[in-house]
This record gives sequence, C-alpha cells and structure tokens, in this order.
Amino acid sequence: MLKTYTYPQFDYRQSAEQKEGRVARHPVVIIGAGPIGLTAALECAARGLPAVVLDDNNTVSIGSRAVCYAKRPLEIWDRHGLGEGFVERGVSWKVGRVFHREEQVYQFDLLPEPHHKMPAMINLQQYHVEEAMVAACGRSPLVDLRWKHKLLSLAQAGDVATLTVETPDGVFQLQADWVIACDGANSDTRRMVDGQFTGQFFQDRFLIADVVMDASFPTERWFWFDPPFHRGAVRPDGQRMPTSVLLHKQADNVWRIDFQLGWDSDPEEEKRPEKVIPRIQAMLGPEAKFELEWVSVYQFACRRVDNFRYGRVIFAGDAAHQVSPFGARGANTGVQDIDNLIWKLKLVLDGAAPPALVDSYHEERAYAADDNLRNSTRSTDFITPKSAASLRMRDAVLELARSEAFARPLVNSGRLSTPTPYLSSSLNTADESEFAGRMKPGTNCADAPLQRDGQPVWLLDALAEASRGAGDFVLLVWGDGGVAAEAVNAGAVTARVLRVGPGGLQDATGVATERYDAQPGSVYLIRPDQHVAARWRSFDAAKVQAALRRCLAQ
Amino acid sequence: MPMIHTPNLSDPDGFYEELIDAQRGLSDEQAQLMNAKLVLTLANHIGDREVLREALQVARPLGAATAG
Repeated sequence: MLKTYTYPQFDYRQSAEQKEGRVARHPVVIIGAGPIGLTAALECAARGLPAVVLDDNNTVSIGSRAVCYAKRPLEIWDRHGLGEGFVERGVSWKVGRVFHREEQVYQFDLLPEPHHKMPAMINLQQYHVEEAMVAACGRSPLVDLRWKHKLLSLAQAGDVATLTVETPDGVFQLQADWVIACDGANSDTRRMVDGQFTGQFFQDRFLIADVVMDASFPTERWFWFDPPFHRGAVRPDGQRMPTSVLLHKQADNVWRIDFQLGWDSDPEEEKRPEKVIPRIQAMLGPEAKFELEWVSVYQFACRRVDNFRYGRVIFAGDAAHQVSPFGARGANTGVQDIDNLIWKLKLVLDGAAPPALVDSYHEERAYAADDNLRNSTRSTDFITPKSAASLRMRDAVLELARSEAFARPLVNSGRLSTPTPYLSSSLNTADESEFAGRMKPGTNCADAPLQRDGQPVWLLDALAEASRGAGDFVLLVWGDGGVAAEAVNAGAVTARVLRVGPGGLQDATGVATERYDAQPGSVYLIRPDQHVAARWRSFDAAKVQAALRRCLAQ
Repeated sequence: MPMIHTPNLSDPDGFYEELIDAQRGLSDEQAQLMNAKLVLTLANHIGDREVLREALQVARPLGAATAG
C-alpha cells in the first residue's frame, strides 16, 4: 500500500456482445490498458475510430514504472487535452549533478529551448498518467475500455483476427480488423503470433526504491558513478565492477532512487527494508528523513520484435521494443509508435489509402526503435562497463570532466529521449530546394508561438485543429493571400491550407519562420502525425499532389 | 584531412623521454588511467572523426581480430 497514492479499482462490466452470445467485429481492438494502449485508444477516438481496449487487470500500473516523459509524448497527449495537466502535476527539474566516488564531477543547468508549449520533459509517476488517460477514455463515446478481459488466444484468417477472451463471466470471442498489441515486454499477443523478440540481455540488476521525503530536499537529478555508499561486487576474476545510483524527484514529494546491484546480488535479499533503508540513509546523509514507498528489483534487456506487424496484429510500445531504462525511452517511444500508427490505420480502414501504408509503420518505427536501442546501449555501456579496459576509459572521462569542459559531453548517465526523424522514410519527398535548420522531411514539427486574431496560439495546436478527424494533411503556407495556395486532394484525403502571414496566423516573434527556414511562398506538407512529408519554396498543386500520394503509399 | 603517417614530431627522442618521464612513479593502473585520459584529451583536440577512425585502426594490436 502506498502512502501517497491509492490505486483505483475500475469496474468490470460484461459487454453486450458477450451477454448476447454474438461475435461482434470491431475495427480496432487494443490489448493492454497501459500508457501505450490508452494512448492508442484516445488517438483512435480523436480520429473517429471506435476502439475496444482489453486489459486483464482492473487498475493502473502497480508500483514504480516509467517516470520521465519527454516533449514529444507530452505534445501527443496534449492533442487529447492531457498535456497541460501532466505538466502541472509533474515535476520539472533543471539542475543535475554528476558524482564520481566521493566527489562531485560537475553540475549542469538544463536551459530548455524557449518557445515551446511543452517542456523538454517532466517527471511523473506512471499511475498518475494512466489514471488521467483512463478518465479521458471514459469521456469518449468511441472508447470501450474493458477491464478483467484476458486474451487467451488469437487466430487470423484473411483480413480478420478472432480473439478468444476470458472474463469473470466466462470465455467469448470477438473479431477485429486490426489488433494493436500494447501488452508490454512480456507480450502474450506476441507469443500467440510467434513473433521473434531478440536482442541483448544484461546481467545487471537494478533496485528501484521510491521514498517520500521532506519537500525541502532539492528538486535536482543526482547521478553517482561508483558511489562510496554503494560499492560494487568483485567478479570471480578479481575485477571490482562499480555500480551507479540515480536520484530524481516525482510528484507528491516522492523521490525515485535506482540502485544498480552487483551481478551476484540476491534480488529478494536486496528488497528487504532492513537492507534498503540503511543504504538510502547512507546516500542521503544522516539528516535526511524519508519513508519507503515502494521497492522492486528488475533486470533489463534491449530487444525488438522482428516485424512490427504480423498480419492484422500490430505491436507498439514495449511489446515491440524493450530498452534499458537509461534515457526514459520506453514509454516515450511507445507513445510515438501510436502517433505514427493510428492515422495510417484510419486511412486504410476508410479505404483512403492502400494497406501498404500500414507497412510504413514498421519501416518508420523499427528505424526509430533501432535508434533508441543504439542510444540506450551506449548509455548502458558507459554506466555499466563490461571490462576493465572500458571501466578505465569511463573513469578517465569522469576524472577529466571535473576540470575539462570537453569531457563533459562524453559523460553518459542516460540521454534524454528525443524523437528519431524518419529521414529515409519511403513516405518522404526529397527537398528540391535548399532549406536550413532541422525541419527536414520525416521530422516531427517543432512547436512555435503564433497569434490568431491577436490571440496567442501554438503552432502544434493549430496543426492539430486543421487536421482533426479523418487524418487530413496540412499545407502550411507562408505569405499573404497574394501567395497562391489551395487545398489539394488525393482521393478522399485532403491537404488543407493553413497560412502564416497576413490574413492567417501571425508570427510576431519570427520563431516559426526561423525554425522552418520559411520565406514568403514556402510550403510545408504536414502529415496527420505532425511530421514533415515534403516542402517547397513555392506552391505547385501537381507537386503537392504527387507528394501527398507518395505519403499515402498510393 | 587524412591522418599524418609520416614523422611530424620535432625532437622525437625528446618527446619520447617526456612521455616516459610523465609516467614515472605511477603504478601500472595509474599509468593506464593516464593513457586513457591522454587518448581522450588528444582525440578532442584532433576532433576530426576520419582521422580518429584511422588512428584507431592503426593502433589496434597486430594480429588482433578486426574491430566490430
């Protein structure tokens, strides 16, 4: 039982289809009501797709799970009216300290890039995030959230998946055009389709402790390499392998502490309060007063499924890819999987795009997953060196970093998760003109402050409004009415014009114009998931249509 | 700019002496740590990833399996 949080119990309800004994067919069935499954449900609903969510439990995630949410997932949740609440509830930290043995190596102050609605990241317990999303699902007539529904088996034939599900009322079947498996790293769904989930296992175990402390303890991120209060184990070959410890703050004065345990540690022994409490006291100092909220031990792996789609079953989040915890890449990238997937499913279900569009989900998100795995492995190799030579190199970096600024960027205690641009995606149309800056085709749109009729409006909010519903694209056009631009269609899909300039959105600060390296006449074709598909220095309907068709896999 | 493979140090004997002297009195472990710091410091000074990649290849022990 936690002191700062009471787990909600969600009601099981028998579905009409089970009661009536009929087999209903649904466009989308989502397996798992974790952060990714719930995001998928909200995203489906926002695009007009009814979604059934099955979860074998009836509460939010238990204990300490994801902590840190980065800008892009916050932006995605903000489309569903949740971003601002998360930021308000969550904790933002700016000062980080890195320690090596007894000494502080350096401290840093994160200076976030200004002019974004959402911050670079926040810390917030996963159960708060899930609870808010469950409430949002409850407000949506298109989301059918079914607790105590356990998927027993899954069969596919042609374009339909048949799911056998167990509830407190017995076993029944339902059908789905598409199944989105968001049931975590140990996904049963993945096992049912015999999906291959391979990669690297790590021997290191981590002890997670959440403690409640006085609010006066500083809101900073502290990372220790080889801390004096937590010495590592000695391997059979005599090599001492130092550990690491991370401390950061979540909401409600709960601090998360991650202790890396030695390879030879006994998880059950390490979890005992008699063992954990003195360890935390040694770390925080004799003055610190704290209460233990939660303790668990985990061992991690870096793996991904070989194909994100098996017939009509699509994998997202940890079910598709599992990374080390360094850099908060699990939930953050899972939310971006959903951002990428749902507009594609909607257009394919509507017959507005061919099924090939769904294959671009694997292309783009497997690419992102590999990038995340690479980043996560790099952090892991720095934090837990696997040989005496790499430990020595790591220590050399840390010694140099005390006095030498050049060594600090080499210190890797986990890198903040940022979106992986789909630079080589087959949906992109290559630039034909020179553009400076970051907004290359395949990149998620950077936010910027604008004004409409004298009122402030964020660019991403304006894009979301302009493309709401069926998965429409946006043509973001700079210049006044003298710059010709009109909506472009590709079959049932429309790219609507959104102007920056007189008569449209005003860019008083010039931030948007600079971020997009725009000039009067510049045109960006923007996907429903707010990624750049193509851009030009002037509007040409035929070119826009060709790019739109390409982006729809038509 | 490719890596310089030809002699580029003035007074090579003097430099070598300075290098050895710099590690005088250090334990093997300390000397190895110093070498690692030296590698990182010089790598930052060079900066050019092509040169560094070539240097990594040159430095790998003779007879060792190819990296990666």
